[in-house]
Amino acid sequence: MHAFRNILRTEARLYLRDLPTLLTTIGLPTLILVVLGLVPSLRKPDPTFDGQTFVSYFAPSLLVVTLAMVGVNTLPSVLATYRERGVLRRLATTPAHPAALLAAQLVLALAGILASALLLILVARLAFGVPFPRHPLGFTLAFILGTAALLSLGLLVAAVARTTKAAQALAVPLFLVTMFFGGVYLPRFLLPDVVARIGDYTPPGVQALLDAWTGTSPRPLHLAIMAVIAVAAGVGAAKLFRWE
Amino acid sequence: MPVIEVTHLKKRYGDLVAVDDVSFAVEAGEIFGVLGPNGAGKTTTVECVAGLRVPDGGGVSVLGLDPRRDAAQLRQRVGVQLQESQLPDRLRVAEALELYASFYRNPADPAELIDKLGLGEKRNTPYKKLSGGQKQRLSIALALVGNPEIAILDELTTGLDPQARRDTWGLIEQVRDSGVTIVLVTHFMEEAERLCDRVAVIDRGRVVALDSPAGLVSTVAPEQRIRFRPSAPVDDRLLTDLPEVSAVQRTGSQVVVTGTGDLLHAVTSVLARHQIVAADLRLEQSTLDDAFVELTGHRPAN
Repeated sequence: MHAFRNILRTEARLYLRDLPTLLTTIGLPTLILVVLGLVPSLRKPDPTFDGQTFVSYFAPSLLVVTLAMVGVNTLPSVLATYRERGVLRRLATTPAHPAALLAAQLVLALAGILASALLLILVARLAFGVPFPRHPLGFTLAFILGTAALLSLGLLVAAVARTTKAAQALAVPLFLVTMFFGGVYLPRFLLPDVVARIGDYTPPGVQALLDAWTGTSPRPLHLAIMAVIAVAAGVGAAKLFRWE
Repeated sequence: MPVIEVTHLKKRYGDLVAVDDVSFAVEAGEIFGVLGPNGAGKTTTVECVAGLRVPDGGGVSVLGLDPRRDAAQLRQRVGVQLQESQLPDRLRVAEALELYASFYRNPADPAELIDKLGLGEKRNTPYKKLSGGQKQRLSIALALVGNPEIAILDELTTGLDPQARRDTWGLIEQVRDSGVTIVLVTHFMEEAERLCDRVAVIDRGRVVALDSPAGLVSTVAPEQRIRFRPSAPVDDRLLTDLPEVSAVQRTGSQVVVTGTGDLLHAVTSVLARHQIVAADLRLEQSTLDDAFVELTGHRPAN
């Protein structure tokens, strides 16, 4: 525990030191939100979105941006780099276990995701009148499960990739797919219905987030699928992860 | 009482036999070299000693403990510097040492260690901005920060310029003088010759020689060569009659005498008796390099 705390503190310092990455991770979704929110027509209620504004319809998709960046991109690259450069191996020669470093990275990934989501929700509420999630519990659950599913996938990538390059080669398509099905590139109402429905079940499960934010409580099936993905990918990663 | 005992160590990776049969013992307070060509099994051997790998056969005992069963205890008492082990780019020198010091029960003072290793001016420098020599010194510092009884250093000076290499050697001698037993893996013969009290030469997974560097040279490659320009003509027989001399050659005005034993004394005495002055006299002795080639059939790197 003692070693973990110190490692976490050091890793947090390194995380804060990388300002461009930090700002992108936490601020990019909010920045996109603000840019879109500056377009007047996107702030008008529209029957296409059940009488909501485009901005509030699109906000859950913006949550996907940070989740995808951190979960399937940053986390696996950092871990693969640490392994490739022998950081994990060196730690294995000391009384501290390299798992402490992995755990610290997970905590930081979560902190970044959380900060980014809070900022987005807050700015959406204050600047564009998007209500706070109507189903706080359901939203929290959907968010936690979606995050867990993506982080587990990220760990799985870190586990199977031998090198940093290989990790990136796996992470980039996964990132693009996550963003696409999450309705970031094209808002989901423009996607063919079948693609949008697939997006309901690909992490982080944007439909459940949308439901809980602006309408009904999330559907159990959507949440269950995220939980299954999180556990399956997590177990796979634990089994396959190599420290060197 | 040896602090490390390796007996008939065996380690395989799939079909590849990395270590076939390696045995040696390291005494307290010595610098013990593990030499061998690339792929000979040096690193695998010390990784088994460090408890990072499980041997397929044979025994390893470190400070009377089992590197696998007593791993937690040994990690407190053995410092390891692995080959090509880096740190995060943005981590600063002092931060790295303070973090690693916090893992140990009785760590060295990081600030003191930083000064001792000549990194005082670099304490707030990120890892990425350090030179190769500075990175290597930091790496050594991290292996020593737990106040270990044994330090295992793998390919200590690979990639360093000659000055940095010499500085590092001086440092290792200081560490030994403070009572730490050192296991040094290297393929630089000059390094082994300068630092090691004893060396084990490993080739194809087996120990092919185990001796002091000087002992190895004199048993494996005892040949010496003397070159000089005589002030007056010398009859070859004068020299070939000496029991120490095995051959006499001439290149231009130069005479080259090869032989063993106390060759220099024998040759200079016979020349003196005949009032011949040997100008430009030079004695060439075998080095660990030559012994290494004899033993393994490989040219050592560099």
